[in-house]
Amino acid sequence: MTDYQTKTTEIRKKVLKMLFQAGSGHPGGSLSCVEILTALYYNVMNINPHDPQWDDRDRFVMSKGHGCPTLYVILADLGFFPEKDLWTLRKISSDLQGHPDMHKTPGIDVSTGSLGQGVSIALGMALAAKYQEKDYKVYALIGDGECQEGLVWEMAMAATNYRADNFTVLLDHNGIQLDGPIEEIMSLGDICRKFDAFGFQCFSVDGHDIDAIAEALLANSDGRPKFIECRTVKGKGVSFMENQTAWHGKVPDAKQLKKALEELEVQENG
Amino acid sequence: MDKMLRTAYGEALVKLGAVNDKIVVCDADVSAATMTNIFRQKYPERFFNFGIAEQNMICAAAGMAHSGLIPFVSSFAMFGTGRAYEQMRNAVAYSGANVKLACTHPGISVGEDGGSHQALEDISLMRSIPNMTVLSPCDCLETEKAVFAAAKLNGPVYLRISRQPGPDITGRDAPFVIGKASVLRKGEDVCIMATGLLVNIALEAAEQLHRHGISAEVANISSIKPIDRNYILDANRKFRAIVTAEEHSVIGGLGSAVADVLAGHPGAAFAKIGVEDKFGKSGTPDELFLEYGLTKEHIVEEFQNLLAF
Repeated sequence: MTDYQTKTTEIRKKVLKMLFQAGSGHPGGSLSCVEILTALYYNVMNINPHDPQWDDRDRFVMSKGHGCPTLYVILADLGFFPEKDLWTLRKISSDLQGHPDMHKTPGIDVSTGSLGQGVSIALGMALAAKYQEKDYKVYALIGDGECQEGLVWEMAMAATNYRADNFTVLLDHNGIQLDGPIEEIMSLGDICRKFDAFGFQCFSVDGHDIDAIAEALLANSDGRPKFIECRTVKGKGVSFMENQTAWHGKVPDAKQLKKALEELEVQENG
Repeated sequence: MDKMLRTAYGEALVKLGAVNDKIVVCDADVSAATMTNIFRQKYPERFFNFGIAEQNMICAAAGMAHSGLIPFVSSFAMFGTGRAYEQMRNAVAYSGANVKLACTHPGISVGEDGGSHQALEDISLMRSIPNMTVLSPCDCLETEKAVFAAAKLNGPVYLRISRQPGPDITGRDAPFVIGKASVLRKGEDVCIMATGLLVNIALEAAEQLHRHGISAEVANISSIKPIDRNYILDANRKFRAIVTAEEHSVIGGLGSAVADVLAGHPGAAFAKIGVEDKFGKSGTPDELFLEYGLTKEHIVEEFQNLLAF
């Protein structure tokens, strides 16, 4: 884990600076998925920043599109587009939209934002790969609130029906949605048992442990689609944002940003 | 008996599939009614039944399109454009996915199944989405041509295919061009712009108008979006009156599309025939067409109102 401390702290700092600059956005759910995306993009996925449309690349779909600042930071770090673009997030004329846009941002495989749709589109990509006898894998990251969408369960039924063993659904299980804790709004119950019942090969890991996430991602498929519950903390890394509903969709002011960056410095150096 | 347009649709898919292996077909448990089962029998490995789950079907089709395939997706118009409206809006059109949504069973000609199954808003819903092309063929010949034209176009298309059989009223060699109206009967005094099943009724109305001494032109508007602006504006200058006719709500369908073009252009008197802001109900298609005023008599009457003859 320590190997990645610098990387993940740098990502978090950039995410917060971007959101501050943008003046709007979703820090809580961006910070909770840093390790998940780090595991995917630095350890697992087969991609080429110099050829974003490479036919045989692995695909990633940010179904919880509001967490896109983290994805943008990683894509810039990998060289899909210049880092200076990060500071244009959500501005008019920016290539970095408030929710991912595949036509504007290199490295974005699918436009998302409307919850439930991305993961279902991702399934279609996995089915297309099988029909075309391609070897690439398709990964989708969903939010826990997103699982309240009926479409997610239509997708789950079809994924196992079509034995999409080239398809992995990751859940950023941070426990909080816009209106409050999931348990108070609309409980998901035992989400792993639900996906298990739908016929997925299920894993549950500490969503801030990159090695554990990567291990689940790389585990041999048993012929079924994979579901990886990543247990995460919303707002992870910033003490006053962690597990706070209010930070789902508001951004730090200058003072709060400074404090957050200081905290992250300490983590990086400590 | 006339062939069903949806049978022509299923057969066209097979022809298309034979020449293009990127064509895949998705359905939501109504393949025996949309006639995509004709394709399934021929190409089972390219046919995906998603069960009664239209939202997932349309999103998955978008994913297939993003992966280089050309999915034709079928359901009933109510569910393909209504239930899955936002999937069409966001997953398909917003991302420019090359998905062809081909829905059968639009309008009141669905008949006995009643109002819950009679989409009278589908053109309106699909037409208002940026990037969408909306096609509404009037016979079997056009249905096949529309399928091939849709496949050729790189982008989302909505194809509205009647449940009912209909006579071939366009020519086998008549060109089908997206964005173009086709004149099926030349006229001098008035113009009927019709789509789908109303095209044949419009031709009958023109015959009746002829007996009143009025020469009516009949234009088949099978491309509702993009619509043939030039034809409509020319007609507005040339004719004394224009009446649109469609098996759809008068709100947002062909009539509205024509009115959008005419706005700001004084000219011909104008009226719309369609379903007047109402839901459908059970009955035979013929009974329903009569009750909802989708008849040649109603078309003639509208011209009588407009021109006081």
